[in-house]
Amino acid sequence: MEKMEATRDAYGKILLKLGEMDERIVVLDADLSSSTKTGVFAKKFPHRFFNMGVAEQNLMGTAAGLSAVGKIPFVSTFAIFASGRAWEPVRQSIAYSKFNVKIVATHGGITVGEDGASHQALEDVALMRAIPGMIVIIPADSVETEKAIDAVYRYEGPVYMRLSRAKFPVIFDENYNFKIGKGMVLMEGRDVAILSAGLMVANSMAACEILKRENISAAVVNISTIKPIDVELIKNVAAGTGAVVTCEEHSIIGGLGSAVAEVLAEEVNVPLVRVGVRDRFGLSGTAEDLIRYFHFSPEDIADAAREAIKKKNARK
Amino acid sequence: MRRTLKEKADIVSGRYTVPELEEIARRVRVDILKMLNHAKSGHSGGSLSAVEILVSLYFSVMNHKPGDPYWKERDRFILSKGHAAPLLYAVLAHCGYIPKEELFTLRQIGSRLQGHPHGGSIPGVDVSTGSLGQGLAMGNGMALGLRLDCSPARVYVLLGDGEIQEGMIWEAAMAAAHHKIDNLCAILDNNGLQIDGAVASVMCIEPVADKFRSFGWEVLVVDGHDIAEITRALKDTKAVRGKPSIIIAKTVKGKGVSFMEGKFQYHGLPPTDEELVRALKELGEK
Repeated sequence: MEKMEATRDAYGKILLKLGEMDERIVVLDADLSSSTKTGVFAKKFPHRFFNMGVAEQNLMGTAAGLSAVGKIPFVSTFAIFASGRAWEPVRQSIAYSKFNVKIVATHGGITVGEDGASHQALEDVALMRAIPGMIVIIPADSVETEKAIDAVYRYEGPVYMRLSRAKFPVIFDENYNFKIGKGMVLMEGRDVAILSAGLMVANSMAACEILKRENISAAVVNISTIKPIDVELIKNVAAGTGAVVTCEEHSIIGGLGSAVAEVLAEEVNVPLVRVGVRDRFGLSGTAEDLIRYFHFSPEDIADAAREAIKKKNARK
Repeated sequence: MRRTLKEKADIVSGRYTVPELEEIARRVRVDILKMLNHAKSGHSGGSLSAVEILVSLYFSVMNHKPGDPYWKERDRFILSKGHAAPLLYAVLAHCGYIPKEELFTLRQIGSRLQGHPHGGSIPGVDVSTGSLGQGLAMGNGMALGLRLDCSPARVYVLLGDGEIQEGMIWEAAMAAAHHKIDNLCAILDNNGLQIDGAVASVMCIEPVADKFRSFGWEVLVVDGHDIAEITRALKDTKAVRGKPSIIIAKTVKGKGVSFMEGKFQYHGLPPTDEELVRALKELGEK
């Protein structure tokens, strides 16, 4: 059995490490510190932790002010509230002045599960990607989360990172080197390239194994930085395979699928099939049931890959 | 130039008499009207209503050094009602943060003087405002950060009375009291008018003093055009411990220009050429 870990748990751990290293780090939460895992930091550094209550607009504005006097705020709440309820303070108070605020939002996507549509952010990447200068990152596992948090701590400027509630298979080992803006080919392939983010990376790797049995050679690419997206890598894998699939636990409108479509439309004319939520809200259920319901399983991704190849062949 | 900078660096609060402050306020009004007329757009009424408040802050209350604008221990000011940007720019120019000639670039392409203040564009403006309701939260953050650093610096936030209809203001008001942010002082420019008419008819905010009191704030009420009274109140708030303070400044929108006073129509209108001549005459300018 492979090791499973939630990216939010990794966040709690690395935050503690950074907090010990750098006095400037402050953490803000909106009454969800036990879920977002900022509670770990709060316990160790109570004077540098601010619980702002159920008030996400003030949460973001306060973070902007802390940054304006030289602090490095890490701000956490659920993705739907960080990106939705607080969007305008994120735009006006944080991003417009390029404040060094790290928004680390947990509970992204449908794998939030039983809480249902009200708590499942399926639009957060679209909302955050549209803000000028905002970096948008979705780590694929707990190891990448730790590396990515360390990288955004070293980066000066606003960042939105989406983490998950559900436990993910651990893909990377300690030698993994995360760089903002760089994707990574995890499995080489000739026939189709599967570009994924978050939990969908593990499912895409499983899809690749399914396709192998049919002698279909699929590349799997981890696109953890949605913005700025790795244009060169996408151009290369698209040109090399001639067919692209994107997979995300997000609406196909405005997320990874859209970002990749923008690159393909401008740079490489190859067919694209997007796996994602198709213009609808989520619903209650276990994470596993929802993955099946929304067609996000490895078998579904393999289907999308076959479809992309079919489209490619139809063009010949 | 070096000498001028040194002089500027020395203007740290409290060296002006009340008549001198009143004269600075008169000149600030003149500049506001001239720059708005030149820009041909912008907000007259709400800039004129808060002139005495800003002059009191920048020339009598706040510790700051225009010659060293990023001095770590400076008191911070946030113009949460960002549409009064002409007032802030005029005061910053009088202090020496920006050249006076630059005031005439207001709202023009390529100017540092954006229609609403942009954090980082000019020295003396730390944060971006203009989307109403957000300045108090940023003030909270600055004050909390300064407190962590054991800094003596204080944070001042100017709110509009229409602005406090925003829910985020009350989120921030609750948080400031909860976190006992006593190095923060808000000032409410209570001119009673907003874009669509009287605040009382658009969305009543009364009883505003009781609201803030019940949220756990120290509340003072002053005549917002009496510099001596404002200055005294602002200085009094420095002694308040364990809670934030707000000064409710009773003001007149368009103050100082007879035909603009009390007229909500001048919220977002600049003076025409003819109006400018009349206004400057009233203010004793040729």
